[in-house]
Amino acid sequence: MKRALIIDDEPLARMVVREYLQDFDQVEVMQECNDGFEGLKAIQQYQPDLIFLDVQMPKINGFEMLELVDNPPAVIFTTAFDEYAIKAFEAHAVDYLLKPFNKDRFNKAVEKYLAQAPGGASPKKTEELLEMSNSPAQHERIVVKTGTKVKIIPVQDVIYLAADDDYVSVYTAEGSYLKNKTMNFFEKMLDQRYFVRVHRSYIIAIQQITRIDPYEKDAHLAILKSGAKIPVSKTGYVKLKQVLGI
Amino acid sequence: MAAPLSSSKLYGILILCGLVWMGLQTFIVHSFVAVTDKELSSWYTAFTDGIVSSVLLAAACWLINNNLRYYQPGKGSYINILIWCGALAIICTAGCQYILPLLTTGDSYVNFLVASKYIRAFIYFLAIGWMAMISMIWYSQIDQKENERRKSEAEKLARDAELYNLRQQLQPHFLFNSLNSINALIGFKPDEARRMIHQLSDFLRGTLKKDDQQQVALTDELQHLNLYLDIEKVRFGHRLQTEISCDEKSGVAILPSMLLQPIVENAIKFGLYDTTGDVVVSIRAEMDGNYLILMVQNPYDAQTSRPKQGTGFGLRGVQRRLYLLFARNDLMETYANDNIFTTIIKVPQMQV
Repeated sequence: MKRALIIDDEPLARMVVREYLQDFDQVEVMQECNDGFEGLKAIQQYQPDLIFLDVQMPKINGFEMLELVDNPPAVIFTTAFDEYAIKAFEAHAVDYLLKPFNKDRFNKAVEKYLAQAPGGASPKKTEELLEMSNSPAQHERIVVKTGTKVKIIPVQDVIYLAADDDYVSVYTAEGSYLKNKTMNFFEKMLDQRYFVRVHRSYIIAIQQITRIDPYEKDAHLAILKSGAKIPVSKTGYVKLKQVLGI
Repeated sequence: MAAPLSSSKLYGILILCGLVWMGLQTFIVHSFVAVTDKELSSWYTAFTDGIVSSVLLAAACWLINNNLRYYQPGKGSYINILIWCGALAIICTAGCQYILPLLTTGDSYVNFLVASKYIRAFIYFLAIGWMAMISMIWYSQIDQKENERRKSEAEKLARDAELYNLRQQLQPHFLFNSLNSINALIGFKPDEARRMIHQLSDFLRGTLKKDDQQQVALTDELQHLNLYLDIEKVRFGHRLQTEISCDEKSGVAILPSMLLQPIVENAIKFGLYDTTGDVVVSIRAEMDGNYLILMVQNPYDAQTSRPKQGTGFGLRGVQRRLYLLFARNDLMETYANDNIFTTIIKVPQMQV
């Protein structure tokens, strides 16, 4: 028996999925969720094998919700968006269904999932999907989990990011938050006009820089408005000069 | 129409005409003077006459040409041009009568000059009139071309805007999600599905029919808006509620069609996607003197959405339209406080 969740902010949209699923005895819907927060809770509670996920939802979208899940289950996207990351969907999600979808199309998606998931889900694939995809709001905010709460950080509030073992620390005026992602992920996702990876372990918001001092040989130190001193590597300095136009 | 002359070519031709005119006049005057006055200097006298009268004529032509460049006479004022031509012809003749005796000698020539003043004035008049006609045709043609260019540019702009609006108004996202809701309703509430199809059709038909240039009464605009709101309410269930207040006086007020729509769309979008609770979108209309005041409010989350994002693309479009229609930038204001986002627009009413 596969356990499934339906996460969509439109009740009627959830109803379609539930109705179509009636033909699949091997899939059981554990819960329907109104938004990403409910979705997160339900995922923790039920550890589902499969989720049907809408993209545009209140507060945090489907992609951002997935980012906060440690071992994401298999995902079938159900969305009216076709402008986002269709390629990534095709390569990595179990499937994507463009609303409105018909029964045949839906059956194909579920059968595809059942065929490729003899044991459990394929969290690896979902991880890859997240790395690849361009989520709708990625340039605008970073979603992090602090304890059981979800914190939404507008990118304007970010001072700098620092690598921290397997995590990345996101520093803001209010404090720092850990996010289970790589520096490469952030380097790709953040707007390169405003954020520069100045060091293997550091990305800084260029608006926060007050001064750049020489430091040892080839290296520099960027002094930020908050007083933080961030090491700038040789290649980082070249990149920084390019973005600043000096 | 043949390829129009460039202005430098035209002026070249006119100068050539002037030189030919000078030569002809010299020749003609000489033929008269030579009969009566056998002096050797008759060629000199004729030449002087030719130069002086041609220069005066050229000056008159230049004056009338320049005049017509900046002033195109209306249908009833061609008589003004005639008067102008006459006056210039008289001035030129008088100039000749005054200047030429100073430069030449010989009584017979002076007699000839005085005797020929009427014929000279008439010829001047014809020449200046001809110049005026050429100038008028020339400049009206330039004007027409300029108008055509402007018109086609404006048409192109309007077409682009129309296309853009169509895409905007059809809102594929809204449309597909609505169709998805209908898909859900068909299974267990066919009657509601049918009603929603009708609402959606009415809304789309209304949207397609709407002309941006049109001015509509607020009640009509609200009726169209209600179709949209009803559909959104089916989609989002109890989460979305709307409050609309509009008294009789403001109901008949006029506003540009589809002006309110993007503001309400924006309010719904921000309300629904920026908060997780129930969303009340309120629309209030009232009259303030000569202005129709429209206020749209929606909840939002001050923590996650910036004021900068508050004036999204939809609102910028509204502001731009208000500016284009009324040439004023102060007709739209937005406020954000206490987790309520407020958009206020003022629509000036025509004086009755």
